[in-house]
Amino acid sequence: MFAQRLASPSMFRTLPAFLVMAIVLPLLAGCGYNTIPTAEENARAAWSEVLNQYQRRADLIPNLVETVKGYASHEKDTLDAVVEARAKATQITVTPETLKDPEALKKFQDAQAGLTSALSRLIAVSEAYPDLKANQNFLALQAQLEGTENRIAVARRDYIQAVRDYNLTLKTFPSVLWATFWFRSNEPFANFTVDEDKMQPPKVDFGTKQGG
Amino acid sequence: MILQADRGRRVIRLVAVVLLILVLPFSALAADLPELTGRVVDNAGIIDAATKTVLTQKLADFETKGSDQIVVATIPSLDGEEIEPYANRLFRFWKLGQAKENNGVLLLVAPNDRKMRIEVGYGLEGTLTDLHTKLIIENDMVPAFRAGDFSGGIEKAVDDMIMVLEGNPEELEARGERNQQAPFNSDDLFFAVFISIWAIIFFGSIAVSVLPPIFGQKLGPGRYRWLGMTFEPNRRSPRGGWSSGSSGGGWSSGGGGGGFSGGGGSSGGGGSSGSW
Repeated sequence: MFAQRLASPSMFRTLPAFLVMAIVLPLLAGCGYNTIPTAEENARAAWSEVLNQYQRRADLIPNLVETVKGYASHEKDTLDAVVEARAKATQITVTPETLKDPEALKKFQDAQAGLTSALSRLIAVSEAYPDLKANQNFLALQAQLEGTENRIAVARRDYIQAVRDYNLTLKTFPSVLWATFWFRSNEPFANFTVDEDKMQPPKVDFGTKQGG
Repeated sequence: MILQADRGRRVIRLVAVVLLILVLPFSALAADLPELTGRVVDNAGIIDAATKTVLTQKLADFETKGSDQIVVATIPSLDGEEIEPYANRLFRFWKLGQAKENNGVLLLVAPNDRKMRIEVGYGLEGTLTDLHTKLIIENDMVPAFRAGDFSGGIEKAVDDMIMVLEGNPEELEARGERNQQAPFNSDDLFFAVFISIWAIIFFGSIAVSVLPPIFGQKLGPGRYRWLGMTFEPNRRSPRGGWSSGSSGGGWSSGGGGGGFSGGGGSSGGGGSSGSW
Protein backbone atom coordinates (compact mmCIF):
# COMPACT_ATOMS: atom_id res chain seq x y z
CA MET A 1 0.00 0.00 0.00
CA PHE A 2 2.67 2.39 1.15
CA ALA A 3 5.06 1.36 -1.56
CA GLN A 4 2.28 1.71 -4.07
CA ARG A 5 1.59 5.23 -3.01
CA LEU A 6 5.26 6.06 -3.08
CA ALA A 7 5.50 4.90 -6.61
CA SER A 8 2.25 6.50 -7.75
CA PRO A 9 2.65 9.25 -10.35
CA SER A 10 0.73 11.79 -8.23
CA MET A 11 3.55 11.68 -5.73
CA PHE A 12 6.00 12.70 -8.39
CA ARG A 13 3.71 15.45 -9.47
CA THR A 14 3.38 16.95 -5.99
CA LEU A 15 7.02 16.60 -5.06
CA PRO A 16 8.23 19.51 -7.23
CA ALA A 17 5.40 21.62 -5.83
CA PHE A 18 6.66 20.93 -2.32
CA LEU A 19 10.18 21.75 -3.33
CA VAL A 20 9.06 24.99 -4.92
CA MET A 21 7.12 25.87 -1.76
CA ALA A 22 10.15 25.09 0.40
CA ILE A 23 12.29 27.40 -1.68
CA VAL A 24 9.76 30.14 -2.34
CA LEU A 25 8.29 30.58 1.15
CA PRO A 26 11.51 31.73 2.84
CA LEU A 27 12.15 33.91 -0.19
CA LEU A 28 8.80 35.59 0.34
CA ALA A 29 9.83 36.55 3.86
CA GLY A 30 13.09 37.86 2.51
CA CYS A 31 11.30 39.95 -0.10
CA GLY A 32 9.37 41.85 2.51
CA TYR A 33 6.14 39.87 2.49
CA ASN A 34 6.08 40.28 6.26
CA THR A 35 6.59 44.03 6.28
CA ILE A 36 2.95 45.04 5.98
CA PRO A 37 1.43 42.55 8.45
CA THR A 38 4.17 43.33 10.97
CA ALA A 39 3.61 47.06 10.75
CA GLU A 40 -0.14 46.52 10.96
CA GLU A 41 0.13 44.43 14.10
CA ASN A 42 2.49 46.96 15.66
CA ALA A 43 -0.03 49.71 15.04
CA ARG A 44 -2.82 47.61 16.54
CA ALA A 45 -0.70 46.84 19.59
CA ALA A 46 0.08 50.53 19.99
CA TRP A 47 -3.63 51.28 19.81
CA SER A 48 -4.36 48.68 22.50
CA GLU A 49 -1.90 50.48 24.73
CA VAL A 50 -3.68 53.78 24.08
CA LEU A 51 -7.01 52.19 25.03
CA ASN A 52 -5.41 50.58 28.05
CA GLN A 53 -4.14 53.89 29.40
CA TYR A 54 -7.42 55.70 28.76
CA GLN A 55 -9.18 52.88 30.57
CA ARG A 56 -6.80 53.27 33.48
CA ARG A 57 -7.69 56.92 33.68
CA ALA A 58 -11.40 56.10 33.59
CA ASP A 59 -10.88 53.62 36.42
CA LEU A 60 -9.21 56.23 38.61
CA ILE A 61 -12.02 58.74 38.28
CA PRO A 62 -14.77 57.28 40.55
CA ASN A 63 -12.31 57.20 43.42
CA LEU A 64 -11.17 60.73 42.74
CA VAL A 65 -14.72 62.03 42.54
CA GLU A 66 -15.61 60.36 45.86
CA THR A 67 -12.58 61.88 47.56
CA VAL A 68 -13.25 65.36 46.27
CA LYS A 69 -16.94 65.05 47.21
CA GLY A 70 -15.95 64.51 50.82
CA TYR A 71 -14.29 67.93 51.00
CA ALA A 72 -15.90 70.00 48.30
CA SER A 73 -19.43 68.70 48.02
CA HIS A 74 -20.82 71.99 46.75
CA GLU A 75 -18.67 71.89 43.62
CA LYS A 76 -21.50 69.79 42.26
CA ASP A 77 -21.38 71.15 38.73
CA THR A 78 -17.72 70.34 38.26
CA LEU A 79 -18.12 66.89 39.77
CA ASP A 80 -21.14 66.12 37.64
CA ALA A 81 -19.33 67.29 34.54
CA VAL A 82 -16.52 64.83 35.24
CA VAL A 83 -18.90 61.94 35.84
CA GLU A 84 -20.80 62.78 32.69
CA ALA A 85 -17.68 63.14 30.57
CA ARG A 86 -16.41 59.84 31.90
CA ALA A 87 -19.65 58.09 31.02
CA LYS A 88 -19.50 59.52 27.54
CA ALA A 89 -15.86 58.57 27.07
CA THR A 90 -16.28 54.98 28.25
CA GLN A 91 -19.23 54.47 25.90
CA ILE A 92 -17.13 55.02 22.82
CA THR A 93 -14.49 52.45 22.24
CA VAL A 94 -12.57 51.96 19.04
CA THR A 95 -11.42 48.38 18.79
CA PRO A 96 -8.16 47.70 16.98
CA GLU A 97 -10.25 46.09 14.22
CA THR A 98 -12.11 49.28 13.36
CA LEU A 99 -9.13 51.59 13.29
CA LYS A 100 -9.61 52.29 9.60
CA ASP A 101 -12.58 54.52 10.36
CA PRO A 102 -11.44 58.11 10.87
CA GLU A 103 -14.93 59.13 12.03
CA ALA A 104 -14.91 56.66 14.90
CA LEU A 105 -11.45 57.76 15.95
CA LYS A 106 -12.53 61.38 15.84
CA LYS A 107 -15.51 60.65 18.09
CA PHE A 108 -13.33 58.74 20.51
CA GLN A 109 -10.79 61.51 20.51
CA ASP A 110 -13.38 64.18 21.19
CA ALA A 111 -14.93 62.23 24.06
CA GLN A 112 -11.54 61.70 25.68
CA ALA A 113 -10.61 65.34 25.18
CA GLY A 114 -13.87 66.30 26.91
CA LEU A 115 -12.94 64.14 29.86
CA THR A 116 -9.46 65.67 29.97
CA SER A 117 -10.81 69.19 30.20
CA ALA A 118 -13.46 68.25 32.79
CA LEU A 119 -10.76 66.61 34.87
CA SER A 120 -8.40 69.55 34.72
CA ARG A 121 -11.26 71.79 35.83
CA LEU A 122 -11.88 69.53 38.80
CA ILE A 123 -8.22 69.59 39.77
CA ALA A 124 -8.10 73.36 39.40
CA VAL A 125 -11.18 73.75 41.58
CA SER A 126 -9.75 71.48 44.26
CA GLU A 127 -6.86 73.91 44.67
CA ALA A 128 -9.20 76.07 46.74
CA TYR A 129 -9.56 73.40 49.44
CA PRO A 130 -6.45 73.11 51.62
CA ASP A 131 -7.90 70.18 53.58
CA LEU A 132 -8.48 68.27 50.36
CA LYS A 133 -4.99 69.04 49.12
CA ALA A 134 -3.52 67.71 52.35
CA ASN A 135 -5.53 64.49 52.10
CA GLN A 136 -3.23 61.52 51.51
CA ASN A 137 -5.74 59.73 49.35
CA PHE A 138 -6.15 62.78 47.15
CA LEU A 139 -2.41 63.14 46.84
CA ALA A 140 -2.09 59.53 45.76
CA LEU A 141 -4.90 59.85 43.25
CA GLN A 142 -3.42 63.05 41.91
CA ALA A 143 -0.02 61.44 41.41
CA GLN A 144 -1.61 58.45 39.68
CA LEU A 145 -3.75 60.63 37.48
CA GLU A 146 -0.77 62.74 36.54
CA GLY A 147 1.20 59.60 35.72
CA THR A 148 -1.66 58.22 33.67
CA GLU A 149 -2.03 61.41 31.69
CA ASN A 150 1.64 61.17 30.84
CA ARG A 151 1.34 57.50 29.91
CA ILE A 152 -1.55 58.42 27.64
CA ALA A 153 0.67 61.00 25.99
CA VAL A 154 3.43 58.43 25.47
CA ALA A 155 0.98 55.80 24.19
CA ARG A 156 -0.49 58.32 21.76
CA ARG A 157 2.94 59.27 20.51
CA ASP A 158 3.84 55.61 20.02
CA TYR A 159 0.56 55.03 18.20
CA ILE A 160 1.14 58.01 15.91
CA GLN A 161 4.58 56.63 15.07
CA ALA A 162 3.34 53.07 14.55
CA VAL A 163 0.51 54.21 12.26
CA ARG A 164 2.89 56.40 10.32
CA ASP A 165 5.17 53.40 9.81
CA TYR A 166 2.26 51.20 8.76
CA ASN A 167 0.73 53.73 6.38
CA LEU A 168 4.17 54.29 4.94
CA THR A 169 4.55 50.59 4.13
CA LEU A 170 1.31 50.79 2.13
CA LYS A 171 2.60 53.69 0.08
CA THR A 172 6.32 53.27 -0.31
CA PHE A 173 8.50 51.01 -2.37
CA PRO A 174 9.09 48.09 -2.12
CA SER A 175 6.27 47.16 0.22
CA VAL A 176 3.76 49.02 -1.96
CA LEU A 177 4.13 46.12 -4.42
CA TRP A 178 2.87 43.73 -1.78
CA ALA A 179 0.09 46.14 -0.93
CA THR A 180 -1.13 46.29 -4.53
CA PHE A 181 -0.75 42.63 -5.42
CA TRP A 182 -1.48 40.82 -2.20
CA PHE A 183 -2.75 42.91 0.73
CA ARG A 184 -5.40 44.70 -1.28
CA SER A 185 -7.84 44.86 1.63
CA ASN A 186 -5.34 46.66 3.84
CA GLU A 187 -6.26 50.27 4.32
CA PRO A 188 -4.32 53.02 6.06
CA PHE A 189 -5.19 53.53 9.71
CA ALA A 190 -6.61 56.76 10.99
CA ASN A 191 -4.20 58.74 13.08
CA PHE A 192 -4.46 61.39 15.76
CA THR A 193 -4.25 64.76 14.12
CA VAL A 194 -1.34 66.91 15.10
CA ASP A 195 -3.68 69.85 15.55
CA GLU A 196 -5.68 68.10 18.19
CA ASP A 197 -2.48 67.13 19.94
CA LYS A 198 -1.39 70.72 20.18
CA MET A 199 -4.81 71.97 21.23
CA GLN A 200 -4.96 69.51 24.05
CA PRO A 201 -1.73 69.41 26.00
CA PRO A 202 -1.09 65.84 27.11
CA LYS A 203 -0.36 66.81 30.68
CA VAL A 204 -2.81 68.10 33.23
CA ASP A 205 -0.88 70.64 35.18
CA PHE A 206 -2.09 70.21 38.71
CA GLY A 207 -2.53 73.65 40.08
CA THR A 208 0.92 75.03 39.54
CA LYS A 209 -0.19 76.84 36.39
CA GLN A 210 -3.97 76.87 36.27
CA GLY A 211 -5.12 77.11 39.85
CA GLY A 212 -2.17 78.95 41.33
CA MET B 1 15.62 55.17 -24.36
CA ILE B 2 15.33 58.58 -22.78
CA LEU B 3 12.09 57.52 -21.15
CA GLN B 4 13.80 54.52 -19.62
CA ALA B 5 16.62 56.60 -18.20
CA ASP B 6 14.06 58.98 -16.79
CA ARG B 7 12.21 56.15 -15.10
CA GLY B 8 15.45 54.81 -13.71
CA ARG B 9 16.23 58.20 -12.27
CA ARG B 10 12.77 58.36 -10.72
CA VAL B 11 13.23 54.98 -9.05
CA ILE B 12 16.59 56.08 -7.70
CA ARG B 13 15.01 59.24 -6.35
CA LEU B 14 12.22 57.22 -4.74
CA VAL B 15 14.71 54.90 -3.09
CA ALA B 16 16.72 57.88 -1.89
CA VAL B 17 13.60 59.45 -0.39
CA VAL B 18 12.66 56.22 1.37
CA LEU B 19 16.18 55.90 2.75
CA LEU B 20 16.08 59.49 3.89
CA ILE B 21 12.73 58.94 5.64
CA LEU B 22 14.15 55.88 7.35
CA VAL B 23 17.35 57.55 8.46
CA LEU B 24 16.08 61.02 9.36
CA PRO B 25 14.20 60.28 12.60
CA PHE B 26 17.21 58.53 14.07
CA SER B 27 19.69 61.22 13.27
CA ALA B 28 17.28 63.93 14.38
CA LEU B 29 16.66 62.16 17.66
CA ALA B 30 20.27 61.38 18.32
CA ALA B 31 21.48 64.88 17.58
CA ASP B 32 20.14 66.80 20.56
CA LEU B 33 20.31 64.10 23.22
CA PRO B 34 23.32 63.82 25.51
CA GLU B 35 25.64 60.82 25.48
CA LEU B 36 25.33 58.16 28.14
CA THR B 37 28.80 58.60 29.55
CA GLY B 38 28.19 56.89 32.88
CA ARG B 39 25.64 56.38 35.62
CA VAL B 40 25.82 60.05 36.51
CA VAL B 41 25.68 62.30 33.45
CA ASP B 42 26.13 65.77 34.87
CA ASN B 43 25.96 67.96 31.80
CA ALA B 44 24.64 70.92 33.77
CA GLY B 45 27.57 70.67 36.20
CA ILE B 46 25.54 70.88 39.40
CA ILE B 47 26.79 67.76 41.18
CA ASP B 48 30.11 68.01 43.00
CA ALA B 49 32.85 65.51 42.25
CA ALA B 50 32.69 63.69 45.59
CA THR B 51 28.96 63.11 45.35
CA LYS B 52 29.35 61.97 41.77
CA THR B 53 31.84 59.30 42.77
CA VAL B 54 29.66 58.15 45.66
CA LEU B 55 26.55 58.03 43.48
CA THR B 56 28.26 56.15 40.67
CA GLN B 57 29.53 53.54 43.10
CA LYS B 58 26.16 53.25 44.81
CA LEU B 59 24.30 52.83 41.54
CA ALA B 60 26.83 50.29 40.25
CA ASP B 61 26.47 48.26 43.45
CA PHE B 62 22.73 48.43 43.19
CA GLU B 63 22.76 47.16 39.64
CA THR B 64 24.83 44.12 40.56
CA LYS B 65 22.26 43.30 43.23
CA GLY B 66 19.06 43.38 41.22
CA SER B 67 20.07 44.37 37.67
CA ASP B 68 18.04 47.58 37.98
CA GLN B 69 19.71 50.47 36.19
CA ILE B 70 19.31 53.88 37.78
CA VAL B 71 20.85 56.81 35.94
CA VAL B 72 21.11 60.39 37.13
CA ALA B 73 21.19 62.99 34.37
CA THR B 74 21.32 66.75 34.47
CA ILE B 75 20.95 68.99 31.43
CA PRO B 76 21.32 72.75 31.48
CA SER B 77 18.11 73.49 29.60
CA LEU B 78 15.18 71.73 27.95
CA ASP B 79 15.12 74.27 25.08
CA GLY B 80 11.42 74.86 25.48
CA GLU B 81 10.40 71.21 25.45
CA GLU B 82 8.26 69.78 28.24
CA ILE B 83 10.28 67.63 30.62
CA GLU B 84 8.01 64.58 30.29
CA PRO B 85 8.48 63.91 26.56
CA TYR B 86 12.17 64.80 26.82
CA ALA B 87 12.73 62.37 29.70
CA ASN B 88 10.90 59.63 27.84
CA ARG B 89 12.91 60.25 24.70
CA LEU B 90 16.17 60.22 26.65
CA PHE B 91 15.15 57.07 28.52
CA ARG B 92 14.38 55.25 25.29
CA PHE B 93 17.51 56.58 23.60
CA TRP B 94 19.68 55.29 26.42
CA LYS B 95 17.66 52.07 26.72
CA LEU B 96 17.90 51.96 30.50
CA GLY B 97 17.10 48.71 32.26
CA GLN B 98 17.47 45.12 31.06
CA ALA B 99 15.71 44.35 27.80
CA LYS B 100 13.34 41.75 29.23
CA GLU B 101 12.69 43.52 32.54
CA ASN B 102 12.54 47.17 31.48
CA ASN B 103 13.85 47.92 34.97
CA GLY B 104 15.47 51.28 34.45
CA VAL B 105 14.97 54.57 36.27
CA LEU B 106 16.03 57.98 34.99
CA LEU B 107 16.36 60.91 37.36
CA LEU B 108 16.49 64.02 35.20
CA VAL B 109 17.15 67.56 36.45
CA ALA B 110 17.02 70.67 34.27
CA PRO B 111 18.26 73.51 36.49
CA ASN B 112 17.54 76.39 34.09
CA ASP B 113 13.93 75.32 33.73
CA ARG B 114 13.77 74.52 37.45
CA LYS B 115 12.23 71.14 36.65
CA MET B 116 12.96 67.57 37.55
CA ARG B 117 11.50 64.22 36.67
CA ILE B 118 11.84 60.62 37.73
CA GLU B 119 11.03 58.44 34.73
CA VAL B 120 10.36 54.80 35.61
CA GLY B 121 10.66 51.90 33.16
CA TYR B 122 7.70 49.60 32.48
CA GLY B 123 9.07 46.87 34.71
CA LEU B 124 9.41 48.97 37.86
CA GLU B 125 6.12 50.84 37.65
CA GLY B 126 4.56 48.45 40.15
CA THR B 127 7.32 48.87 42.75
CA LEU B 128 8.41 52.46 42.34
CA THR B 129 4.94 53.86 41.81
CA ASP B 130 3.98 57.31 40.59
CA LEU B 131 3.17 58.25 44.18
CA HIS B 132 6.59 57.15 45.43
CA THR B 133 8.35 59.22 42.83
CA LYS B 134 6.08 62.18 43.54
CA LEU B 135 6.86 61.98 47.26
CA ILE B 136 10.59 61.63 46.59
CA ILE B 137 10.52 64.71 44.39
CA GLU B 138 8.42 66.79 46.78
CA ASN B 139 10.11 65.74 50.01
CA ASP B 140 13.74 65.11 49.06
CA MET B 141 14.54 67.17 46.05
CA VAL B 142 12.37 70.28 46.13
CA PRO B 143 13.46 71.52 49.59
CA ALA B 144 17.14 70.80 48.92
CA PHE B 145 17.02 72.37 45.47
CA ARG B 146 15.33 75.47 46.86
CA ALA B 147 18.25 75.77 49.25
CA GLY B 148 20.64 75.40 46.32
CA ASP B 149 21.90 72.00 47.43
CA PHE B 150 21.65 69.98 44.23
CA SER B 151 24.11 67.27 45.23
CA GLY B 152 22.39 66.64 48.56
CA GLY B 153 18.90 66.54 47.06
CA ILE B 154 19.90 64.18 44.28
CA GLU B 155 21.77 61.88 46.65
CA LYS B 156 18.81 61.71 49.00
CA ALA B 157 16.46 61.00 46.12
CA VAL B 158 18.70 58.19 44.88
CA ASP B 159 18.90 56.73 48.39
CA ASP B 160 15.13 56.76 48.69
CA MET B 161 14.59 55.24 45.27
CA ILE B 162 16.97 52.42 46.15
CA MET B 163 15.16 52.02 49.47
CA VAL B 164 11.79 51.72 47.73
CA LEU B 165 13.15 49.25 45.19
CA GLU B 166 14.77 47.22 47.95
CA GLY B 167 11.47 47.30 49.85
CA ASN B 168 10.38 44.40 47.71
CA PRO B 169 13.42 42.21 48.35
CA GLU B 170 12.10 38.91 46.91
CA GLU B 171 11.27 40.51 43.63
CA LEU B 172 14.58 42.35 43.50
CA GLU B 173 16.48 39.14 44.12
CA ALA B 174 14.51 37.25 41.52
CA ARG B 175 15.19 40.00 39.01
CA GLY B 176 18.87 39.88 39.84
CA GLU B 177 19.00 36.12 39.39
CA ARG B 178 17.16 36.23 36.10
CA ASN B 179 19.68 38.72 34.79
CA GLN B 180 22.82 37.37 36.37
CA GLN B 181 24.18 36.24 33.03
CA ALA B 182 23.42 39.63 31.57
CA PRO B 183 26.97 40.13 30.22
CA PHE B 184 26.82 36.63 28.71
CA ASN B 185 23.43 36.59 27.09
CA SER B 186 22.75 34.36 24.13
CA ASP B 187 23.68 37.00 21.57
CA ASP B 188 27.07 37.47 23.15
CA LEU B 189 27.58 33.73 23.38
CA PHE B 190 26.75 33.30 19.72
CA PHE B 191 29.11 36.13 18.88
CA ALA B 192 31.88 34.60 20.99
CA VAL B 193 31.48 31.20 19.33
CA PHE B 194 31.47 32.80 15.91
CA ILE B 195 34.57 34.83 16.71
CA SER B 196 36.44 31.87 18.14
CA ILE B 197 35.66 29.68 15.12
CA TRP B 198 36.77 32.49 12.87
CA ALA B 199 39.91 33.00 14.94
CA ILE B 200 40.75 29.30 14.80
CA ILE B 201 40.44 29.26 11.03
CA PHE B 202 42.26 32.53 10.57
CA PHE B 203 45.07 32.18 13.06
CA GLY B 204 45.26 28.43 12.51
CA SER B 205 46.35 28.98 8.95
CA ILE B 206 48.92 31.52 10.05
CA ALA B 207 50.15 29.17 12.75
CA VAL B 208 50.41 26.34 10.24
CA SER B 209 52.58 28.48 8.00
CA VAL B 210 54.70 30.11 10.69
CA LEU B 211 55.16 27.72 13.59
CA PRO B 212 56.50 24.56 11.91
CA PRO B 213 59.49 26.37 10.34
CA ILE B 214 60.35 27.72 13.80
CA PHE B 215 59.70 24.75 16.05
CA GLY B 216 59.61 21.86 13.61
CA GLN B 217 62.17 19.62 12.06
CA LYS B 218 63.22 20.39 8.53
CA LEU B 219 62.56 17.53 6.14
CA GLY B 220 63.34 19.27 2.87
CA PRO B 221 62.72 22.57 1.07
CA GLY B 222 59.39 23.87 2.40
CA ARG B 223 58.61 20.65 4.32
CA TYR B 224 58.70 20.50 8.08
CA ARG B 225 57.79 17.90 10.66
CA TRP B 226 56.21 19.21 13.86
CA LEU B 227 54.06 17.52 16.54
CA GLY B 228 54.13 14.31 14.57
CA MET B 229 52.69 15.88 11.40
CA THR B 230 54.24 16.99 8.16
CA PHE B 231 53.58 20.61 7.14
CA GLU B 232 54.12 22.10 3.73
CA PRO B 233 53.20 25.75 4.22
CA ASN B 234 54.61 26.95 0.93
CA ARG B 235 52.86 24.46 -1.27
CA ARG B 236 49.80 26.71 -1.62
CA SER B 237 49.86 29.98 -3.50
CA PRO B 238 52.60 32.35 -2.41
CA ARG B 239 50.06 34.78 -0.91
CA GLY B 240 49.23 32.32 1.88
CA GLY B 241 48.23 33.23 5.40
CA TRP B 242 50.23 36.41 5.57
CA SER B 243 48.66 38.59 2.94
CA SER B 244 45.19 38.04 4.40
CA GLY B 245 46.50 39.18 7.74
CA SER B 246 45.62 42.74 6.84
CA SER B 247 41.95 41.96 7.32
CA GLY B 248 42.48 41.25 10.99
CA GLY B 249 41.76 44.85 11.99
CA GLY B 250 38.33 43.91 13.33
CA TRP B 251 39.77 43.00 16.71
CA SER B 252 39.94 46.53 17.96
CA SER B 253 36.12 46.60 18.20
CA GLY B 254 36.35 44.42 21.31
CA GLY B 255 37.69 47.36 23.28
CA GLY B 256 34.33 49.13 23.61
CA GLY B 257 33.07 47.08 26.54
CA GLY B 258 34.63 49.16 29.30
CA GLY B 259 31.94 51.80 29.78
CA PHE B 260 28.41 51.68 31.05
CA SER B 261 25.54 51.21 28.66
CA GLY B 262 21.81 50.65 28.81
CA GLY B 263 20.53 47.09 28.79
CA GLY B 264 17.80 47.62 26.19
CA GLY B 265 14.88 48.57 28.44
CA SER B 266 12.09 50.99 27.67
CA SER B 267 9.64 53.23 29.46
CA GLY B 268 6.01 54.04 28.87
CA GLY B 269 6.00 57.30 30.77
CA GLY B 270 5.76 56.08 34.37
CA GLY B 271 6.97 58.21 37.25
CA SER B 272 6.31 61.85 37.94
CA SER B 273 7.74 65.30 37.58
CA GLY B 274 8.07 68.36 39.72
CA SER B 275 9.48 71.84 39.79
CA TRP B 276 11.06 74.10 42.35
